[in-house]
Amino acid sequence: MNVNYIWYFLTFLTLVSAIMVVVVRNPIHSVLYLILTFFCISAHYVLLNAQFLAAVNVIVYAGAIMVLFLFVIMFLNLREYTAESKTNLVKLGAAVLGGVLLVIIVAALRSMQIEPLNKATYNSQVGMVESLGKVLFRDYLLPFELITVLFFVAMVGAVMLGKRETGERNF
Amino acid sequence: MQPTIPDVVQTIPLPYYIWFASALFVIGIVGVLTRRNAIIIFMSVEVMLNAVNLLLVAFSAYRSDPAGQVFVFFIMAVAAAEVSVGLAIIVMIYRNIQSIDIGLLNRLKG
Amino acid sequence: MDSTVFIVRSIIIFVIFGITLLIATYSTYAERKVAAFLQDRLGPNRAGPFGIWQPLADAVKMFTKEEFIPAQANKWLFIAGPCFAMLTALMASAVIPFGDTVQYEGQFIAVQGIDINIGILWIFGIVSLGVYGVMIGGWASNNKFSLLGAIRAASQNISYELAMGLSIIAILMMSGSLSLRDMVNQQATPFLGVSGLNWNIFYQPVGFIIFLTCAFAECNRTPFDLPECETELVGGYHTEYSSMKLGFYLFAEYINMFVSSAVISALYFGGFNFPGQAWVASLLPAGALGHNLLTSIGVVVFFGKIFFFIFFYMWVRWTLPRFRYDQLMNLGWKTLIPLAILNIVVTGAGLLFDFKPATWLIVIFVVVLAVISAAQPRKTMRPQQSTV
Repeated sequence: MNVNYIWYFLTFLTLVSAIMVVVVRNPIHSVLYLILTFFCISAHYVLLNAQFLAAVNVIVYAGAIMVLFLFVIMFLNLREYTAESKTNLVKLGAAVLGGVLLVIIVAALRSMQIEPLNKATYNSQVGMVESLGKVLFRDYLLPFELITVLFFVAMVGAVMLGKRETGERNF
Repeated sequence: MQPTIPDVVQTIPLPYYIWFASALFVIGIVGVLTRRNAIIIFMSVEVMLNAVNLLLVAFSAYRSDPAGQVFVFFIMAVAAAEVSVGLAIIVMIYRNIQSIDIGLLNRLKG
Repeated sequence: MDSTVFIVRSIIIFVIFGITLLIATYSTYAERKVAAFLQDRLGPNRAGPFGIWQPLADAVKMFTKEEFIPAQANKWLFIAGPCFAMLTALMASAVIPFGDTVQYEGQFIAVQGIDINIGILWIFGIVSLGVYGVMIGGWASNNKFSLLGAIRAASQNISYELAMGLSIIAILMMSGSLSLRDMVNQQATPFLGVSGLNWNIFYQPVGFIIFLTCAFAECNRTPFDLPECETELVGGYHTEYSSMKLGFYLFAEYINMFVSSAVISALYFGGFNFPGQAWVASLLPAGALGHNLLTSIGVVVFFGKIFFFIFFYMWVRWTLPRFRYDQLMNLGWKTLIPLAILNIVVTGAGLLFDFKPATWLIVIFVVVLAVISAAQPRKTMRPQQSTV
């Protein structure tokens, strides 16, 4: 099937760029690889027919959050980051730990039972704006309101933290 | 939009998505453990959050239940709030110690 | 997909691509001519009749200039910056509905790149990515002026994207769809007895003004061209760029201008609908020919609207001076965003009580406020002049 090749390619690209985020030394390159990762994940959403989330993923993650990251890195002018003080032993340990964790997750999920696809009741429109809006504003209205409060608190917190007090040095 | 099942849902088994998301999550964990640059650690956390998002969307699409995608919204909102506060903290740290190496933050010890 | 549909689709996509580039090219010429007109000069008139080959001459000049990469620059990112800018600028025009459907062998084919049901979100996503080209280019130049320009561009774009998104929400509440085609089709209904004049501008004047202001800021056009202002930052983010890499940045700006003009006309000015289109349709012969003719008239009308807005951009550029940076931020965060939120609330109330032009109340309120403040005795900042 055609779509399968796209799926495998996207998965490969996502994993490689995610690994590059962690491995690359220059923070700017890291940010760019992370943007690529988010794009691939958005493409996965499109394949899963979750178009609205794909667009929101691009707007929120690639368009806002990563711009903030890039902004801070530029602002602090972090060039090649050389003072990597963690030893190789720690890195090796972390890699082994990660591998073990992956094996444990996969092994634990190996015996799970997955319901076969019910073609009669399948609704391909779940990822569309209408159905999401209905669920969001009917069933999850309280969490939605709480999220707005969270945003407000975060905004106040960020402004308070970033505010420069009198007499403080300007970088 | 035709009311058909997406091709991916028909041909790719759901466990593939689980393995894929687990691998992404583990990459994030390794990043948090190995790097000392606070911004890179933050980005690794973002990778982990996205792994969870992907898995939620996959489950939602395979079971045709919109609730999973609504949860992704909430995760995105929390991630945005987290990033705004976290980056403000990082900027403050940089102002105080001229570095964002978390190894140099041991002066937080009482 | 049917092969004829596929071929017609490909032709439409290529034509849209080519037209985007052509209009962007000739916008540079138009900009010079408009500037000359507004400043009582002649403008380019050497290359060809009325200087119409000037863009080609510019292109030749751009291509043959020395390609220069600073020694301390990050080479790959330095090259990637203009490419990003160009890519994101070109991607946005894919979802714009340039016209109604074309009837061909009994099939209706939309004059549009792709009709996705999240069209407006697509445009938002692409616009929010547009800042990367500027940021990467400015950072990779390894130049303080470029870096400052890039940081300015980033903060400006993020700030104005918020107000832009909020101003769009009001229009989404009215149309109930994210697809640009649906939104345009909804504006085809009669307004005060004139068909095809049910434009959103009559219901959303405040949203339109906010959107227009934000579009200026997103395109980095004067009065918001802080990222590249010569007097403060030498050349802003493209200080170190030369040759066609600089050309890409400038070209991307013109493409953005074209796309934003198209989006403004589609959202607020009825897109390819024109006043009295039902009457025109009744004059045309029935069947495929009449339908296609009506569509082509609509396309021409849509491009007329786009050209008007491109002209408006240039008009404003040579009329208004540049803002100061703190004024820009104050305008974005303290005026436009609260106004946009107020607009959403009033629009929602209007929909609830079935009074669609509710946002005119905001306009009336603001105008009354302005008149009252103007009528009051002016507190001058100057010291009192002594009477002679």
